[in-house]
Amino acid sequence: MKKLPLYILLTAAAVAMVYPLLWLVGASFKSNDEIFSSAWFLPRSFDLSVYARAWRTVTPYSMGHYFLNTFLIIIPKTVFAVVSSVLVAYGFARFDFPLKRLFFALLMGSMFMPAIVTVMPLYMLWSRLGLHDTYVPLTLPALFAAEGAFVFMLVQFFRGVPREFDEAARIDGCGSLRLLVYILVPCIRPVIVSITVFTFLWTMNDFLTPLIMISSVEKYPLSLILRLSADSTGDGYEQRKIIAMSVIGLIPSVAVFAAAQKKFISGITAGGLSG
Amino acid sequence: MKKRNYRNPVGVGKYTGLLLIMPFIIGFAAFTLYPFAASFAVGLTDSDGIRAGSFVGAENFADMLSSREFRGAVLVTLRYTLILVPLKLAVSLLAAVLLNAEIKGIGVYRTIFYVPSILGSNLAVVIMWQFLFTSGGLADQLMGLAGLPPVGWYGGSGSATAMIVLLRLWEFGSAMILFLNALRDIPAEYYDAARVDGCGRVRAFFRITLPLLGRVIFLNLVLQVIAAMQEFSAPYMITGGGPMKSTYTIGMLIYDEMFRFHNAGYANAVSWAFFVLVTGVVLVLFAVTRRSREEDGV
Repeated sequence: MKKLPLYILLTAAAVAMVYPLLWLVGASFKSNDEIFSSAWFLPRSFDLSVYARAWRTVTPYSMGHYFLNTFLIIIPKTVFAVVSSVLVAYGFARFDFPLKRLFFALLMGSMFMPAIVTVMPLYMLWSRLGLHDTYVPLTLPALFAAEGAFVFMLVQFFRGVPREFDEAARIDGCGSLRLLVYILVPCIRPVIVSITVFTFLWTMNDFLTPLIMISSVEKYPLSLILRLSADSTGDGYEQRKIIAMSVIGLIPSVAVFAAAQKKFISGITAGGLSG
Repeated sequence: MKKRNYRNPVGVGKYTGLLLIMPFIIGFAAFTLYPFAASFAVGLTDSDGIRAGSFVGAENFADMLSSREFRGAVLVTLRYTLILVPLKLAVSLLAAVLLNAEIKGIGVYRTIFYVPSILGSNLAVVIMWQFLFTSGGLADQLMGLAGLPPVGWYGGSGSATAMIVLLRLWEFGSAMILFLNALRDIPAEYYDAARVDGCGRVRAFFRITLPLLGRVIFLNLVLQVIAAMQEFSAPYMITGGGPMKSTYTIGMLIYDEMFRFHNAGYANAVSWAFFVLVTGVVLVLFAVTRRSREEDGV
């Protein structure tokens, strides 16, 4: 019973955190008048047709098309990020080489580089290479261990795997690469799950890079089509339709988070990485 | 120079590790070093983003320093950072202390508190956030229930800033997770010993918890300051920088100069200066907290 005040406090805070989202999901079913007349989240009636209209978007393409675009970015990016981060982290965790400390310091430093600073010159570079308005600028950097945080998290996990494993494998004639693939990677599977989930969520959230790099509506990822719809106010402008589009746009992130939640939370708590 | 011995497994040369980290070296050169140098170089020209432009020396940098708009954006960005970061650190630390309790169902609460930080920077949430504050939206309804008059959220500079601060504050979960991990590493014996000595909970927090969290508080401080200073998508979508440029951050200024006004030279000069500013702020943070970090053994 001593814990009761804590439960009440936590529950109140949790409701306050979640209520804006609930209200917004409810608002997607409400008419413009009803949205602005009630603080209660449940709509008077559930009219699913707004979701059908939202799915058609304001462009010739449906939301399905934009989901597909987003996945065409996310899938290669995730593969690139996992492979390159694992290789680099393996190098830092298990080998000694010239300038190791300098490179590790640079890796840590690159984590603090504000994206807005690098994005302008990179935009000019990609344009000059004729790769502007393709997915190359959004995916290729991941091939070069662009997320220092992933490498850092992996290095910590590699250090947790006893070196005796390596020695035993080497005595059995395992080379450096086979040792990594057959012995170490299976040991660090939870981190690889975390990297996959984070790449997914961060790519879903990324707005600035696609805003700058992608110019044709046909190639837009989800975030840009949401922006386009929110900006187009005109005849038949319906707030619930835009809210419904946003709800649809959130579903992949919520689904991935819910599916991976258990492994994912244990991965970040162990590796010290956060959203 | 002293010859160094490389400690590697038998049969592994000193370049194997270097080969493995090659992706990082190439990536760092191409995506960090190059843009940093290039933005300075482009900043010295009158390029429009398509043509290379001609060399104008330090003109862009001089224009920047004498521009009222630039100074305004710097002030807006710093003010926003100074309001948001202390609030976010305090809220996330408080939440972490509460969620550190070992009680039934605590995992559910941890997840609920963490979720907004995962979803919050998604543009869908930023768009939905606008509707909470439009005239008659949830915020006004709740004010009405409390007997307060509605606020014209988009009309005043304070309330416009508040909308963005509230959105980012709501995403305190990522900072909270770092605190929660650090709290779990503090041995329970410390608190037991303190209690035996008659130390209350609040005093134990200030005498034991806070000093032991020095490292992670600093890490969160740096991460949050950097994130706050580059704020772009929330003012871009929610307030458009208004009213009266009161939420016009440096990020928005750089974007507008580059893509709306096609002043690539000027935009690059500002973004290079901005990098120097962020680095400066981080170095100041390092210097100011040096003493407490040394005591902490960081």
